[in-house]
Amino acid sequence: MKETGPIAVHTISVIVDNEAGVLARVIGLFSGRGYNIESLTVSTVDTSHETSRITIVTSGTRMVIEQIKAQLDRLVPVHKVADLTIEGDFVSRDLALVKVAGVGEKRVEALRLAEAFRAQVVDASRDSFVFELTGAANKLDAFVDLMSELGLVEVARTGAVALSRGQSGL
Amino acid sequence: MASTKTIQDPAATGAPGDEAANAPMSGAQMILKALVDLGVDTIFGYPGGAVLPIYDEIFKQDKIQHILVRHEQAAVHAAEGYARTTGKPGVVLVTSGPGATNAVTGLTDAMLDSIPIICITGQVARHLIGNDAFQEADTVGITRPCTKHNYLVKDTALVPDVIYEAFYVATNGRPGPVVIDMPKDVQIEKAPYARSGHREHRTYRPQVDGDEAALRKAAYALANGARPIIYSGGGIINAGPEASELLTEFARMTGMPVTSTLMGLGAFPASDHQFLGMLGMHGTWEANHAMHDCDVMLAIGARFDDRVTGQIDGFSPGSTKIQVDIDLSSINKNVAVDIPVIADAASALRRLIAIWKEEKLGDKQPPLVAWWDQIERWRMKDCLAYADSDEMIMPQKALERLQHYIDGKEAIIATEVGQHQMWAAQFLKFDKPNHWLTSGGLGTMGYGLPATIGAQIAFPDRLCIDVSGDASFQMNLQELGTISQYQLPVKIFIMNNEYMGMVRQWQDLSYDGRRSHSYSDSLPDFEKLAEAYGIKGMSVEDPAKLDDAIQEMINHDGPVLLDCRVAKIENCFPMVPAGAAHNEMLLAGDVIAKPKDDEALAVV
Repeated sequence: MKETGPIAVHTISVIVDNEAGVLARVIGLFSGRGYNIESLTVSTVDTSHETSRITIVTSGTRMVIEQIKAQLDRLVPVHKVADLTIEGDFVSRDLALVKVAGVGEKRVEALRLAEAFRAQVVDASRDSFVFELTGAANKLDAFVDLMSELGLVEVARTGAVALSRGQSGL
Repeated sequence: MASTKTIQDPAATGAPGDEAANAPMSGAQMILKALVDLGVDTIFGYPGGAVLPIYDEIFKQDKIQHILVRHEQAAVHAAEGYARTTGKPGVVLVTSGPGATNAVTGLTDAMLDSIPIICITGQVARHLIGNDAFQEADTVGITRPCTKHNYLVKDTALVPDVIYEAFYVATNGRPGPVVIDMPKDVQIEKAPYARSGHREHRTYRPQVDGDEAALRKAAYALANGARPIIYSGGGIINAGPEASELLTEFARMTGMPVTSTLMGLGAFPASDHQFLGMLGMHGTWEANHAMHDCDVMLAIGARFDDRVTGQIDGFSPGSTKIQVDIDLSSINKNVAVDIPVIADAASALRRLIAIWKEEKLGDKQPPLVAWWDQIERWRMKDCLAYADSDEMIMPQKALERLQHYIDGKEAIIATEVGQHQMWAAQFLKFDKPNHWLTSGGLGTMGYGLPATIGAQIAFPDRLCIDVSGDASFQMNLQELGTISQYQLPVKIFIMNNEYMGMVRQWQDLSYDGRRSHSYSDSLPDFEKLAEAYGIKGMSVEDPAKLDDAIQEMINHDGPVLLDCRVAKIENCFPMVPAGAAHNEMLLAGDVIAKPKDDEALAVV
């Protein structure tokens, strides 16, 4: 269908059987049908390793988002699909590792800013740091942006993991 | 044979404690046992290195008949024909690598038309997977987007569970093809035959019964309509013969007109006055205009395909749209729906009928006289009219005469894809479900001949006809060998116009008549070709001899191919041109306007 209406970003949680190929099914669905993936994370989340939780950040018009959820829901190994964005408040966190190289004043400034952002130093050498930072995606964006002037070498990020607020779960 | 058997309750057989339980069996033996226990009587297949253990087990038993096709694509189409006519899943067995890749077109076809298929593919031994071994292909990777689900079986003990689960997944919810990839060493390895006990998939539970509030809302919306219409699709056929009966009952008690998609033909009797014919690109004038002007529409088991809607902006602009579908993803995909109902078609119709009676909605319904008057005026257009000829056989005429001679014979008709397919949908009349086999979603040329084989295997005594075209026929003509081997009395009716007719029609309408590569050059002599396979060959070109030829074809006790040479340059009308709305249909004799713009030209 032709795109009409505003495009919104949605965070979708998907509980799937932890079996071979399930991630390929989900990713294949997105690429095959032309949906966006802004980020995707996956890991087993129960002690018996029977199910995994996939968190997908995607964007589209209201009809496209509804299609994405319906298409996910009809995959056989998918147990549950929840659109956190429309089902109430939720928390979303991203983890970044940020490598910064430099000496002198820039190095001091990087460390000072890292403290302000409550980033951990997980690796240090005389002329570099690796910071570990957790937070909402925009906080990580801001930190990386600041580091770009202070000797940013490279960044690794997980993409969002998210849960709804309050007592109930999927 | 096939027609009387049904899939047995899996819980009733093969469960732990069964006589053979716990005796070690090879994976191949387990496959055969599970298939027999599930009520399978026929496999369509082609052997090869990676399925030799399974073929060896087939050799040793006689409960399941194996039909040897000549190409794996045809195995899947034959299984589709078997499934569509019997209501049971079709079973396919092919080897690894090229066997599996050849099956992909058939699997995609079954996926698009929601046909339940179980396709067992051989795979190289487990330790060789990923090594680019001989005849190795990543079958589960290749078939992931063209199956409802697929499995690579790495544990021999799981073979029975996987097969039971595959049958459950293929046949429940929206049906579809399921691939089971079986490494050769799993077929050889022995393990105790044991079922884990749970017969269904662990979590997959499609919703069968619709939401009551939504169904009531739908019933009231239909009762309030002054210009209602029922738009039914292939989902009715998939829901079983009862769904067709319920649809007919509901349509008759409400007096509403009924139109059908290509896939849904036969669900409502074509001979019924309330039937408006097929809708869509080559649908009837009355069906498309009624869809455009209706004020309430019940779409049931239909998915608003682009072939049905034409230009979305102009599709039935003023109507309240109710959609009943078992697949949530079919709702609001192409067209925004006002009242969605997630349900099996039979279940939803049963409730709609009950609500209609309980609430006496018939009393509340406005009179439909004016609506039917309007429909009759559209009907008077006689949109399927064509100019007949004494010199050549008009394709429409050929099908009218074919219909005349098969009337009342409960014939099963398959088609290939193209003009002949659309003419068959327009001119052949289906009063019952499961008698019409066609490739609707994928539009697979070469579907019809093997599909006819599958139907004939399921119903050996029924008249089974492949309405074909000269180009489509050549896409799976190797199956003449299968027909000959099993002496299947199929009738092959080739409407030979020496063109890929639909391609030629579009080139004439949209590309100033530049007939780029659409002429069927170097056609074989079809009559001699049939005879080379030991099949009776016939041909007819003179309109005066058409009736005799058709009768001879039908009455011949055995397989026969009739090369029916029809008018070469005839277009299929009515036609909703690319990028146009339903009420902008062209009829035979209309001045053809070229597509309005590039966007219209981009419509497939």
